[in-house]
Amino acid sequence: MKKLFALLLCGMLLLGAIACTPKEDEEAADYSFADGDQYEYIGGELNVMSWGEYIDPELIPLFEAETGVHVNYIEIPSNEEMMIKLRGSEQTFDICIPSDYCIEQMIREDMLLELDQSKIPNVRNLSDTIMEISDKFDPGHKYSVPYMWGTVGILYNTKLVDDPVDSWGILWNEKYAGQIWMYDSVRDTIGITLKYLGYDLNTHSEEAVAAARDKLIEQAPLRKGFGADNMRSSMVNGKAALAVMYSGDAFACMDENEDLDYAVPMEGSNVWFDNAVILKNSKNVEAAHAFINFLNDANIAARNTEFIFYSTPNQGALERLDAYFTENETYNPPQDVLDRCEVFHDLGSFTDVFNAAWSEIKASK
Amino acid sequence: MKRRVFAYPYIVWMVLFIVVPMLFIFFYAVNVRGEWTLTKAWATLTDAGKWNVLWISIVMAFKTTALCLLLGYPIAYILSKMKPSVAGFISVLFFVPMWMNFVLRTYAWQAILEYFLPNVMESGARVLVRILPQEFVTRFWPELIGYRCASLTGTEGAVLMVLVYNFLPFMVMPLYNTLAKLDKSLLEAARDLGANSFTTFFRVILPLSVPGIVSGITMVFIPAITAFTVPALIGNGKYNLYGNEIELAFKTLSGQGDFAVGSTLSLILLLCVLVSTVIMNYFDKDQKEGGQMW
Repeated sequence: MKKLFALLLCGMLLLGAIACTPKEDEEAADYSFADGDQYEYIGGELNVMSWGEYIDPELIPLFEAETGVHVNYIEIPSNEEMMIKLRGSEQTFDICIPSDYCIEQMIREDMLLELDQSKIPNVRNLSDTIMEISDKFDPGHKYSVPYMWGTVGILYNTKLVDDPVDSWGILWNEKYAGQIWMYDSVRDTIGITLKYLGYDLNTHSEEAVAAARDKLIEQAPLRKGFGADNMRSSMVNGKAALAVMYSGDAFACMDENEDLDYAVPMEGSNVWFDNAVILKNSKNVEAAHAFINFLNDANIAARNTEFIFYSTPNQGALERLDAYFTENETYNPPQDVLDRCEVFHDLGSFTDVFNAAWSEIKASK
Repeated sequence: MKRRVFAYPYIVWMVLFIVVPMLFIFFYAVNVRGEWTLTKAWATLTDAGKWNVLWISIVMAFKTTALCLLLGYPIAYILSKMKPSVAGFISVLFFVPMWMNFVLRTYAWQAILEYFLPNVMESGARVLVRILPQEFVTRFWPELIGYRCASLTGTEGAVLMVLVYNFLPFMVMPLYNTLAKLDKSLLEAARDLGANSFTTFFRVILPLSVPGIVSGITMVFIPAITAFTVPALIGNGKYNLYGNEIELAFKTLSGQGDFAVGSTLSLILLLCVLVSTVIMNYFDKDQKEGGQMW
């Protein structure tokens, strides 16, 4: 009897194992180079600092095989922490992927290496419209090459929200008390509130910041909290109605739950860029240029964007993508959305005013 | 003289990892970007908002300690009354979760409060609607139809509950040690002299367990006042306690090379911990027996 039971158990286990085997019906992704680039052996190490889940993990071994460079990919959660790491750590980094205002600060503080354009020919693949916007914080793209970009907007659950989502004002609607996620980032959260109140995103007026601060303190009982990556699963599982989110994250959520939709409110918002830069004290400048060139290959950029769902600035890559991506307004926002969005600029010493307001906002209950 | 040699590694350890870092905190509080200045520290000290957060943290720590004591005392008392073998087994069950990492347990609570409990309550409501007579539901309990439970994270109650869950074993352990060591003959004497169990408890057991209570309070209050992980994971960045305030100061400001605010806040917290330790020691002074396991 016991033996029979054991046999039965084994059979069940085996059945389970068979059922769990992944189906091999998806065709293997094509990781060849679009323009038949040839990389020479470079060797050495390359320290890359960037956001979590912000690159297709298949790409790193591919680059390593191509150039013999060993890549260390270090993840950080925010621009502010990237600056802490850069200042405080003994380790030197070669490539960082900071955002717009942070790049401005780095240029001001002379932390970046001027790029050798002859070593990154694939920059020609980048879209002109995108380059024009990103020119505002790095004139002439002397120091940086756009990696990903997007907008800040509201991700909402159409089953839980029956009002039109066209204004930031919905985040102050008491109907959705306890179901509103705000982004845990000082520039984004104060920025959208400034926009809602009709101020400039990069204002240097203490009054404007005070008004935004009071507005956000007033919102405290309504919001579910300040989130970052944890908002994604909360929204996908229908546990909140509205969330302020980056377009790339929002698109990834919409891919998992079809009740979700994304809108950039009419008051305008932020259009942001994460650009690749090379640091001045880089020890492997050759490999750093090669890596940036590699990421800008049309085919590689297309694979990467399909994996992380953030919008690519690469025109060549866009031409290779499905309509699922290119016709989605979250992924590929129409011109009128871009027209009402601004880029962030480094605030210099005025950052202190933002930070003081932020700590009061975070303490409000 | 010879024996003192064995203490040297510990002294080196203490200097390197406790004294020197504290000096660094002090240094960064008064030195901003290589410049000696008290302005930042002073601005932090006079910031009412920061004191408000400290007050909230202290109140939260008091609540946590009180709840732990209220829940922990009966548990420890019941355990101490059991046969040693049974008590040993039950206390192992009680302390097993402590072997798991603190952060993991808090993440588990995040999932429970965010998804599991709300889902259970929603399914419960659906089942009730099915089995109860429809007339009854529409008349007396209309909220049940289409009931939707928002997640339970991001509230003060949730943070408090997880804090109590995490610190309860630290209260039970010293209490159990004290109560188990209680001289049984004293209880028999109380009985002989005509005390009922109520009087015995309040006149004999409770006063004798004060050392356990004091160490229990110390074990819970100080970690609770410096709590960081629980409010960060359960509070949704909304219920910030003092530890989170310090993190926020370092996160937003040190990118500008400014560690003064965070360091000043850390010094204030350090002072709070010192003051509470001194107070606890004062109560603990004349009772040097029992409850000293931790």
